[in-house]
Amino acid sequence: MSESTNGYAIQMLGVTKTFPGIIANDNVTLEVKENEVHAILGENGAGKSTLMSVLFGSYAPDGGKILIHGREVKISNPNVATSLGIGMVHQHFKLVHNYTVTENIVLGREPKKGLVLSLGEAEKKVAALSDKYGLQVDPKAKIEDITVGQQQRVEILKTLYSDSDIIILDEPSAVLTPQEIDELLDIIRLLQKEGKTIVIITHKLNEIKAVANRCTILRRGKSVGCIDITPETSEQELATLMVGRPVKFDVDKKPFNPGRKILEIKDISVNNALGVEKVHDFSLDIHAGEIVGIAGVDGNGQTELLYALSGLSPITKGQILLNGEDISRKSIRQRVELGLGHIPEDRHKHGMVGGLTIAENTVLKDFYTNKYTGKFGVLKNDEIYKNSDALIEQFDVRSGQGSVTPAGSLSGGNQQKVIIAREISLSPDALLVAQPTRGLDVGAIEYIRKRIIAEREKGKAILLVSFELDEIMSLCDRIAAISKGSIVGIFGEGEKTASEIGLMMAGVKSSAKGAGRPGSAAASDSGTDR
Amino acid sequence: MAIETRKKRPPSLIGSFRATSVAVVLLGILVGTVIVACVGKNPANLFKAIWQSFVGQYNRGMGRWSFSPLGNTLTYAIPYVLCGLSMGFANRVGMFNIGAEGQYMMGMLAAHAVAVCVPSFPGQWLLCIAFAIVAGAIWGGIVGVLKARFKISEVVATIMLNYIALYLYRLVALYILPEGISNKTYQTAPLATGSLLRGIGISVRNGVVVLGDFQLNIGFVFMLIAVVAFWFIMEKTRLGFSLRATGFNKEAARCSGINDTSAISTAMAISGAFAGLAGACVLLGSLRFGRIIQSQDNYGFMGIAVALVGNSKALGTLIAGILFGALRSAYSLMQFMNIPREVVNIIEGLIVIFIALRSGLEIVKAYRAKQLLKKEAR
Repeated sequence: MSESTNGYAIQMLGVTKTFPGIIANDNVTLEVKENEVHAILGENGAGKSTLMSVLFGSYAPDGGKILIHGREVKISNPNVATSLGIGMVHQHFKLVHNYTVTENIVLGREPKKGLVLSLGEAEKKVAALSDKYGLQVDPKAKIEDITVGQQQRVEILKTLYSDSDIIILDEPSAVLTPQEIDELLDIIRLLQKEGKTIVIITHKLNEIKAVANRCTILRRGKSVGCIDITPETSEQELATLMVGRPVKFDVDKKPFNPGRKILEIKDISVNNALGVEKVHDFSLDIHAGEIVGIAGVDGNGQTELLYALSGLSPITKGQILLNGEDISRKSIRQRVELGLGHIPEDRHKHGMVGGLTIAENTVLKDFYTNKYTGKFGVLKNDEIYKNSDALIEQFDVRSGQGSVTPAGSLSGGNQQKVIIAREISLSPDALLVAQPTRGLDVGAIEYIRKRIIAEREKGKAILLVSFELDEIMSLCDRIAAISKGSIVGIFGEGEKTASEIGLMMAGVKSSAKGAGRPGSAAASDSGTDR
Repeated sequence: MAIETRKKRPPSLIGSFRATSVAVVLLGILVGTVIVACVGKNPANLFKAIWQSFVGQYNRGMGRWSFSPLGNTLTYAIPYVLCGLSMGFANRVGMFNIGAEGQYMMGMLAAHAVAVCVPSFPGQWLLCIAFAIVAGAIWGGIVGVLKARFKISEVVATIMLNYIALYLYRLVALYILPEGISNKTYQTAPLATGSLLRGIGISVRNGVVVLGDFQLNIGFVFMLIAVVAFWFIMEKTRLGFSLRATGFNKEAARCSGINDTSAISTAMAISGAFAGLAGACVLLGSLRFGRIIQSQDNYGFMGIAVALVGNSKALGTLIAGILFGALRSAYSLMQFMNIPREVVNIIEGLIVIFIALRSGLEIVKAYRAKQLLKKEAR
């Protein structure tokens, strides 16, 4: 095949894809050379995912052509893409949890001897592939027993097993710990050395710098350029290209000056929906004017902790005090009224009602008050729209029809802005913030972080849960590392490096030493990696 | 920018599904036409019957124009619309209320009991209607509480309660209510005259419009009030806000402090109240005698179709209910035109199937939009 190529593995020329009302890709050109690592960078809604979906055959383009190894092709469905040697690793893995690694890899093309499944050959091939590419994973292990990082390797192995020579990685580092990210970058380098062509979609500029040879930048559905990544390329430069204006990375924070205790979490334990204890004897105090970060790998009790604090699920023991008042038995609405704000982890499930308008979503928590409800329970629509028009202006929410736009039709960043606008407009004393920038682009991230800092300067107590250590480290005054539902260490800003915290998150090393502040660390079982 | 665009707010009465609803109805009638032609009858008569059920017909016997087909249309529309509102109200809060039939029967039973047991007095019909509304609300509310507190599927609960309502009705009518004079198995004692709904209507005599043989009753007025109440509660009030929010996204509503348990219970109770009112209107307005119910009247089930065509909105349900009333009214007109009246059942069935296809399409569309959104969120 390689004889016929013109030096490019993928050429997408003038690809246009429109959805009703949106031009997702407007005459986009993407050219990926053979055997290079090519990054695709772009703000949210810039059209990265759509472009990859077109390449992978999930969407049919309205215009333009696609050349693979120099040959024009029509990719009408993902099977065609696979047969052309294109493999895709989705951000959310598509694995069957109670199947083994090998079973997952051969799924859909099971080797058979007569009518009987024969996995022996496949296992050997998987083992050989994982050896060759440094993708260490046990072919016989069940998916549910291996880590997220290993699951990702299984996804990569899947593409290799089907002899893909072009591998698309969609936001591959979003779910990984810092150590796992380093390993992933090594794997990418090795894949390249073995002759594969890699396309990586990411918004993490440092990863682009670390592995990519070239980078195509998309902005608002158009390709704004393709640049070579050299040691001289600065992250600032990339960000500016992506957003279209200079972006500020550092957050300006006033000196740490904590006030009185606002939120006190005392020895709480929380079960998940299945009755399994996910948070165990958790204690933490959050003071006025401070941001406390919970650093941890997804699934270590963060979600359950937030559910318990916000009132979505009950605690099995302990106490939660807000301004000295026990709120652990209070309803969600009472907690809101007492001054607890919550920017939920899952904005589609908990954050907003997609079927309601922006205006209705901005008053979701206080529509029943005298401010918005008049006589006989009739809503004061004028007030509601006045409020939301002001918030849209203030928080720069971009939408098709202003206040009456259904919230579900907004882009992720704008949905998050609506949620943040609502929570901040209620002026809570304590604010629970979970994954505030997940899936958002640099511009929106910058804005949202600025808003969170502004709340800190106003003297609010903020609890920040994020799986992105960078975010925790740049925003927080104190950091609590969490593993298996317990705090494994608390430290002040700058006391620990990212890799030290990373190890703690992984449960490898635990520090029982607190930072000398209230809410000291609860040491937990140490040295037991899962 | 936001302020000027506020005027673009989509009309909330029927919503944006209008075109599909109209198309679905036309398609149903079109296929019905083909079927009529296939069995060798003149399809024009089908349209004539439907047309007459809206405008009336010339009655040779009386020698004048008769509005009674229109009267029938609107009389049928009363339970259709009310049961449609019942279904639609629950639907807007994210539930599938198959129990309008049972709530309708419980409302009818309450009205029946008051009409038979309380000696006649002027305005008794108001008392009957009040009891019917309350009985329907309780019957619906039970489902709401079961759903909200114990997570029991409202579909299963309502189907069961439909049967309980039917046999409870028979039990009470046969053994508790005063016995009928002539036929104890089919009738209880007659309804008190004060409980019957007054007829309203017009007819044209010698070119003059007079009150007359138009068989409509004031249940129609109650139905119109119910339509307005539906719209007002759902679109304009604080209660409606929490109900809509719960209907669109229960988890997010709960996370925002809306009590989803009470929203679901309240919604089912209000939903039942509409159906209960329908029961009273049918008994006191149309039947007008102490009927002992033999089997389900199926108004509740037709309400599902009405609500689906009306897209669970107030005005849409009103229009859809009148349309289904017209089809039902055409049912009897078609007999005289040599058209098998089962065609009406077929058309109704087709409309339901087409509307279900639409609902299916919407689900697919919503799913794809969500996927797209998720992709963009990455």
